[in-house]
Amino acid sequence: MITFDGVTKRYPDGTVAVDDLSLEVPTGEITVFVGPSGCGKTTSLRMINRMIDPSGGRILLDGVDVTTIDPPTLRRGIGYVIQQAGLFPHRKIVDNVATVPYLLGWDKKKARDRAMELLERVGLDLRLAGRYPFQLSGGQQQRVGVARALAADPPVLLMDEPFSAVDPIVRASLQEELLRLQAELNKTIVFVTHDIDEAIKLGDRVAVLRVGGRLAQLADPATLLAEPADDFVREFLGRDRGIRRLSFVPGDGLRLRGDLTVPASAEVSSVRGTAEAWLVVVDDDGGPLGWIAPKDLPDSGTLAGVPAAPYGTFVKGRDSLRSALDAALLSPSGNAIAVDGSGRVVGVATREALDEALARVADGARG
Amino acid sequence: MNWLVDFFGNAANWSGPDGIPLRVLEHLVFAGLSLLLAVVLAVPLGLWIGHTGKGAVLVVLSANAARALPTLGLLVLVVLLMGVGTLAPVLIPLVALAVPPILVNTYEGIRGVDPELRDAAYGMGLRGRQVLGGVLVPVALPLILLGMRTAAIQVVATATVAAYVGLGGLGRYIIDGLATKDYPRAIGGAVLVAALALAVQGLFALVQRVTVSPGVSGRQRIR
Repeated sequence: MITFDGVTKRYPDGTVAVDDLSLEVPTGEITVFVGPSGCGKTTSLRMINRMIDPSGGRILLDGVDVTTIDPPTLRRGIGYVIQQAGLFPHRKIVDNVATVPYLLGWDKKKARDRAMELLERVGLDLRLAGRYPFQLSGGQQQRVGVARALAADPPVLLMDEPFSAVDPIVRASLQEELLRLQAELNKTIVFVTHDIDEAIKLGDRVAVLRVGGRLAQLADPATLLAEPADDFVREFLGRDRGIRRLSFVPGDGLRLRGDLTVPASAEVSSVRGTAEAWLVVVDDDGGPLGWIAPKDLPDSGTLAGVPAAPYGTFVKGRDSLRSALDAALLSPSGNAIAVDGSGRVVGVATREALDEALARVADGARG
Repeated sequence: MNWLVDFFGNAANWSGPDGIPLRVLEHLVFAGLSLLLAVVLAVPLGLWIGHTGKGAVLVVLSANAARALPTLGLLVLVVLLMGVGTLAPVLIPLVALAVPPILVNTYEGIRGVDPELRDAAYGMGLRGRQVLGGVLVPVALPLILLGMRTAAIQVVATATVAAYVGLGGLGRYIIDGLATKDYPRAIGGAVLVAALALAVQGLFALVQRVTVSPGVSGRQRIR
């Protein structure tokens, strides 16, 4: 656990970057520092590994004041990832990753084996190991940066806007990768960003800082979206807070109907009498093919020959209410198809079921 | 062209104390010794100033002073102060000539390393010296070597002044040739100096290839 205890950073010219910051970064969680430029988020991060020393207050790492530890020794025990990756251009990728193990005096073979293992872990082709940084794309370099930070298996990882210099598609895949890694590794991560969406996506807890280095709010993302502490936080969170909050409501609570599914092999005549406006046609494996409206069907043949309307799905037990709502909006029926992990239809969340779920969320927002 | 044949074709010019091999050797000793001294003085100083950021004014002053300093004048001054008979009259002006390009390039090379890289190096837990030796120097090496190469070529070309104070080297041919109106000799000396400068240039290109990481020079293409 990392504890900020009344931490202040005041520069000799009187500028205050961080003002009396007190918070706890729990072990094994991702805590995101987010805020506009000048809010002291990077300064706060850099005080943890003593790239900057505080002018007041204390930062405790598992109870030990970091200013009592010699900076290089401290830093070797803390992973550090920066914006442009900061790879050493004169060293091959494998040796870049092995930087800290080399510093810790591991033998070369062990350090390199460890580096290869990590390159694989962050999803890089091992053929890149013998290349130099300039031969890699920005996204690949950033993965190497993460691998390098993890090389000596530090319990704490500091990430200073690590994904802000890559394009949105690469950024999204790096974010997914980080969450996947974190699920395996359970590091204590402090992540700095100016992008509130990134903060909400990655953070177990999000600390919103305001200009002048004061903590505006510290909460988990769902609480932050539901109950911003003040106008600054509300404004910083931006539009569509209500909809975004649905990302944190599991789709599990949705009432599903199992009687709206028909196989593609069924005869048209078999569904003609139904009172339902829409039915889901599924293939032999149970995968969805689309929606049909029983009232406009041809006179004969099987359902396989009927053009089906577009549909949306969400994965039961994994996706959020937001995904379910999105799936519903992609179908002319206004219903969302629930599928299991292998894509088989397990039921349909109707408009009524979605409405009930939304009402429960709205009800929660009142209190 | 005949003059060149007269000079280089004459077997007498290839042996003895005034022969080409010995003159080239003397020239290389003056130039090499001066360059070595200049490197020993300027590289550590440039590294230290570039790394700590202290004393940058010194670099600017030295670079400007060097441009204003006439090598021949300095040579005469050293002779007047210390007399002839030692290598000092030739070494001091040549070292003074060689220090500024080495100092300026070393300093600029170190200072010019991307601050993100420096930050990453410290953030990984490297100590100050490890950052300098393990990251800044390898990355700045092309510029540092450029400074040395510039200095080396200037020193090789200027080491001819040794002949003014009765020392050897290729300057002997030029000065003696002019004094005795033996123009083939003077031109032959000049050609040898030029050839030597080219050889030095080639030597540094080789050193650069061997010592600079392909990751820095960008030489290794994607396979």
